[in-house]
Amino acid sequence: MDRVAIIGASMTTFGDRDAWVRELLAEAGDAALRDAGVDGDDLDHLYVSNMASGEFEGQTGVPNALAHDLGALGAYTQRVDQTSASGGAGIYAAWQSVASGASDMTLLVGGEKMTHKTTGEATDVIASLTHPVEYKHGVTLPSFAGLTARKYLDEYDAPRESLGKVAVKNHRNGVDNPHAQFRKEVDLETVLDSPIVADPLRLYDFCPITDGSSALLFCPESVAEEYADDYVVVSGIGGATDTHVVHEREDPTTMQGVVESSEIAYEMADRGPEDVDFAELHDMFTILEFLQSEDLGFFEKGEGWKAAEEGVTARDGDLPINTSGGLKSKGHPLGASGVAQAYELYVQLLGNAGDRQVEGDVGLACNVGGFGNCVTTTILEQP
Amino acid sequence: MSFDAHRCPNGHVTYPGHTRCPECGEAQTETIDLAERTATVVTWTTSTATPPGVREPNHLAIVEFQVEGESVRALGQLTTADDVEIGDDVEPVYEEQLRDPEAGIREPDSHEWDGYRFEPP
Repeated sequence: MDRVAIIGASMTTFGDRDAWVRELLAEAGDAALRDAGVDGDDLDHLYVSNMASGEFEGQTGVPNALAHDLGALGAYTQRVDQTSASGGAGIYAAWQSVASGASDMTLLVGGEKMTHKTTGEATDVIASLTHPVEYKHGVTLPSFAGLTARKYLDEYDAPRESLGKVAVKNHRNGVDNPHAQFRKEVDLETVLDSPIVADPLRLYDFCPITDGSSALLFCPESVAEEYADDYVVVSGIGGATDTHVVHEREDPTTMQGVVESSEIAYEMADRGPEDVDFAELHDMFTILEFLQSEDLGFFEKGEGWKAAEEGVTARDGDLPINTSGGLKSKGHPLGASGVAQAYELYVQLLGNAGDRQVEGDVGLACNVGGFGNCVTTTILEQP
Repeated sequence: MSFDAHRCPNGHVTYPGHTRCPECGEAQTETIDLAERTATVVTWTTSTATPPGVREPNHLAIVEFQVEGESVRALGQLTTADDVEIGDDVEPVYEEQLRDPEAGIREPDSHEWDGYRFEPP
């Protein structure tokens, strides 16, 4: 079977940007097309991953706007909203468009504009994904993280410091990512002394609110070399959902969507967790890095915290996690994040990651929407 | 006012209800009022960064009820987080308005805003 290749990729600087969502999307989309020397009118399909441009800035219909701005008129366009996992779901849609033969050239652009809202307002937009019986109690995604972190620490006798070490690691990695929102190291003491946001989690356990965009260009592998000397292939991809109502899960410390989406992706790629050389995980909160690293099969349930303690997941460890700085330090513009995870895998696999370069030819990205409500796992490899 | 969990003919209980039982796919046909029952704390948090219209700080817990051999969980505000611990018993206490319906992004008429907080011993 002809596999699906990624022949171009880009991300904008993440952070507090003056640009609005339409401009952010165009910036990343233009850069990905340039990366591969492809014109807008070569595009058969154009997907936009975005959670809430209508809610954030009153701009809807962004895929059509982007097609016009990139000279891609005539292309089939579609917006993909899967909350925080919109990017991963966009990768799935773009992969599917090429794998099915419906498109020979597909551009995916993920983006979100958030920083013009207060933290409370942005948190409320995100919390609007919850069920009414959750929303009416004022639950937020950070409070789900606090509830889960307390349960995890209690259940597995993990020290509070282990969560702090995730933040320290990802901030360290972000220093070497020129596109990251925060390029500043933090020490463990600063993390552990920062203000409480959702007890036992503190400010440095959480990702920031971010503007930004990222893009990927897909085509059949059989023609990839016509456009690019170096490219990567999507060897495996899977998506799965878990309960909408978070408290209805049998084990609050397991993200079943991560388990199931990764099983699908591993099977497609004919790979297992032991084959993964580096990974980008959805560390919207530090606790999520532990849950995903266990539910992806990298470590036994309840043991993910030990890997962080022992440096296994550091950039110079056996399984580097979040070499980009992760959502924690790179930033989390909702619809862009899953796309930017794959961008990091792409630059690492091509050997273009500069000071943060790690060795390896198999990378995995896990993009989580809601609090594990919907998940996409993607495996990218050198051809 | 009641605090209704929902049960299907196969005895599976959920809160809230669903069109089809998430466990077996049967339609849920019965309700069970949890308002007069005692629950235990599965986990809790105090959120200090709350959205518009939500009390600050907001103490929240996931609690578990036992209903005729089936366990069913609910999430809700705690009346206080003082000395609360995982495994504590809590009692539901009715609250007319859990957050200001006019202040957040959700359409005020789209759902109810009253419900039950959990009171530690």
